[in-house]
Amino acid sequence: MSETAQKDAKTADNDVERRLNMIEAINDALDIMLDRDPDVIVMGEDVGYFGGVFRCTAGLQEKFGKTRVFDTPISECGIIGVAVGMGAYGLRPVPEIQFADYIYPGLDQLISEAARLRYRSAAEYIAPLTVRSPFGGGIFGGQTHSQSPESIFTHVSGLKTVIPSTPYDAKGLLISAIEDNDPVIFFEPKRIYNGPFSGYYDKPVEPWKKHEQSKVPEGYYSIPLGKARTVREGGEMTILAYGTMVHVVESVAREKGVDAEILDLRTLVPLDIEAIEASVRKTGRCMIVHEATRTSGFGAELSALVQERCFYHLEAPIARVTGFDTPYPHSLEWAYFPGPVRIGEAIDKLLSE
Amino acid sequence: MADRPDNSAFDGSNKPQLALHVPEPKYRPGDTVDFTDLNVPPAGEQARPDETCDPKETAPLCHDLVRVLGDDDKAHGPWDPKLSPDVLRTMLGHFATVRAFDERMFRGQRQGKTSFYMKCTGEEATSVSAAMALASDDMVFPSYRQQGVLIARGYPLIEMINQIYSNKGDKLKGRQLPIMYSSREHSFFSISGNLATQTPQAVGWAMASAIKGDSRIAATWLGEGSTAEGDFHSACTFAAVYNAPVILNVINNQWAISSFSGFAGAERTTFAARALGYGLAGLRVDGNDPLAVYASQKWAADRARANAGPTLIEYFTYRAEGHSTSDDPSGYRSAQEREEWPLGDPVMRLKRHLIALGEWDEDRQAEMDENAATHVKQTTKEAEKNGILGHGLHHPFRTMFEDVFEELPWHLKEQAEQAVHEREVKFPEGLPNR
Ligand SMILES: Cc1ncc(C[n+]2csc(CCOP(=O)(O)OP(=O)(O)O)c2C)c(N)n1
Ligand SMILES: [Mg+2]
Repeated sequence: MSETAQKDAKTADNDVERRLNMIEAINDALDIMLDRDPDVIVMGEDVGYFGGVFRCTAGLQEKFGKTRVFDTPISECGIIGVAVGMGAYGLRPVPEIQFADYIYPGLDQLISEAARLRYRSAAEYIAPLTVRSPFGGGIFGGQTHSQSPESIFTHVSGLKTVIPSTPYDAKGLLISAIEDNDPVIFFEPKRIYNGPFSGYYDKPVEPWKKHEQSKVPEGYYSIPLGKARTVREGGEMTILAYGTMVHVVESVAREKGVDAEILDLRTLVPLDIEAIEASVRKTGRCMIVHEATRTSGFGAELSALVQERCFYHLEAPIARVTGFDTPYPHSLEWAYFPGPVRIGEAIDKLLSE
Repeated sequence: MADRPDNSAFDGSNKPQLALHVPEPKYRPGDTVDFTDLNVPPAGEQARPDETCDPKETAPLCHDLVRVLGDDDKAHGPWDPKLSPDVLRTMLGHFATVRAFDERMFRGQRQGKTSFYMKCTGEEATSVSAAMALASDDMVFPSYRQQGVLIARGYPLIEMINQIYSNKGDKLKGRQLPIMYSSREHSFFSISGNLATQTPQAVGWAMASAIKGDSRIAATWLGEGSTAEGDFHSACTFAAVYNAPVILNVINNQWAISSFSGFAGAERTTFAARALGYGLAGLRVDGNDPLAVYASQKWAADRARANAGPTLIEYFTYRAEGHSTSDDPSGYRSAQEREEWPLGDPVMRLKRHLIALGEWDEDRQAEMDENAATHVKQTTKEAEKNGILGHGLHHPFRTMFEDVFEELPWHLKEQAEQAVHEREVKFPEGLPNR
């Protein structure tokens, strides 16, 4: 981890193990990869000198120099386009898009170019980029700082989509994403950058350092893409979630005392279908939770897969709990967010069927 | 690198190694600032071509700086718009309101009354004076820093505050981030958080006005950092191709959050000079000189209205405060920049000009500032009766589902019922007051 970030990293006094929040863990992963691989390049709006509006790249330019970590013009199309070109040269760019809501100007470069380069050139050229971007709501960011557009990307063949939910995972998954030779969209749930979220917006934020998953070992480690994490085991139902919602469902399940098995998918593409199948076959009930809008959301894909593969094990219709099909509202944010009431009632319904 | 083909670029080892240039601003936190190398030409020396001139004739002005107000606080040269003292006092009054408003709303955010705010301190002229040069029904497509346009057009402050607080009185139903206003009545387009998207839209509106043989033109504003977006370049191309009656205002306030203008290309050329490549008329203007801002906007408006074509104007100014309430500029730029800014402060310059004309004095200024502060304060109190952001739940939950489409499809009806049901579960005794 860079020195600046190290200064920020708070180690719990009575605990020898190093504890990081998600921002520090991401910074650590970038630091390690910049150090290990001279082809890794970090760039984006405000990521250089300033270290990113969320501080994920703090200290990295100072440590690795301006030609490894640099600011870019405000052009997402340009950022992703030049990353594709750098990849063609043989570099391994890690561009940051300041908010997922601002990735759209870069979509042509991502969808028509990065995602298809390997295919159309019969692997002569590849696009080994990792596009990092904060996503999701819960910070009163209004419609342009809150969206969860993951299913736009999972729908594109040739793109991988990764969404961590803990500092430990963020580091290990980001390292894998950077090492991966295919383009990866790495969405960082900004609501949980500084601490996990119970879903109760009126309660104070619990910092990461109280959470088991904030223990982030020093140095290199990776978590393979395509492997879900079992957050907790259970027999009554399977809950599939990712990002911020992992913590919300965990707290709701705890509160309701339901014996739910919670899977944190971690990567949407490639998906850990084996873990999903095994769990749903065991529990016979499946609930899918995401913050993104419902229609054509990733929940639709998950629901179809579970139905196709576990139909004869299902004891109830698959439940989906999602954000509403509206733009993310500013003031009604907490009426929009799939919080404890929506999830809790869906759990009751799923169990009663 | 091994195995290079014949005639490889590598041949001839006396060639220099390629090196990447990454722009770097002159001053970082703690640095002593010296702007003497910034070329500030004397006021009044810039030629003023006819409004209907060939775009090429504006080429020298793309690298110059149109200035009217001199160090002697008097108006000079062909760009002097010769505004009456009454109009100048009105302009000064708008400045006072904008400043008092920014002050109060910024403080309101700090006091937890809302989630976000953005000031335009130091850039007031680029919106107020420009708006005053347009017809009141010319369509404007602003970015997020043009509160001065609304204020100059007489948009009620209470509407602005209601929007900022996302409260019961907010016409936009709490949907938008604070300051993302919209007022069709004031020919003010709905503000987007996505940078530069408004620029081709302004061109399209202007094209529509031309298609219909209307007399209204369009004007758009965007930051210098945002000119890097493809939308801006599409806007320039379409504006030139269709000779659209539009004004593209680039507010070069030197900074885009933490990135200096060099990251939008300013190390190589001016933003006004972008006009030349597209075949647009271009002007580079002292954005802290309210008279020069007015005169240039008027020139471009008259040009557009005469079917003589679009204009790209760079207003050279300085973002005196942080980017927004989420930003602390002391982390990336020298605090001295603001003090040393060679083009001064637009409000002070206009005030001194009026005093030099014998049409104003410090007492009247103090009274004006106090009245503005009182007006803003009283209006804020009034708006607070409609609530502050707080928990945010001021609007009936079903309003969240309205306007997604003209009519509510079945799935949104179901979701609206779900939202209302959740509210009843969460707040059986009604929503908490705020
Ligand atoms: C498409 C898009 N990308 C990134 C952002 C994030 N962002 C918001 S403001 C800003 C800086 C804009 O600077 P500039 O255009 O110079 O305008 P100023 O703030 O100086 O008025 C950035 C990068 C955004 N809002 N939209
Ligand atoms: Mg700017």
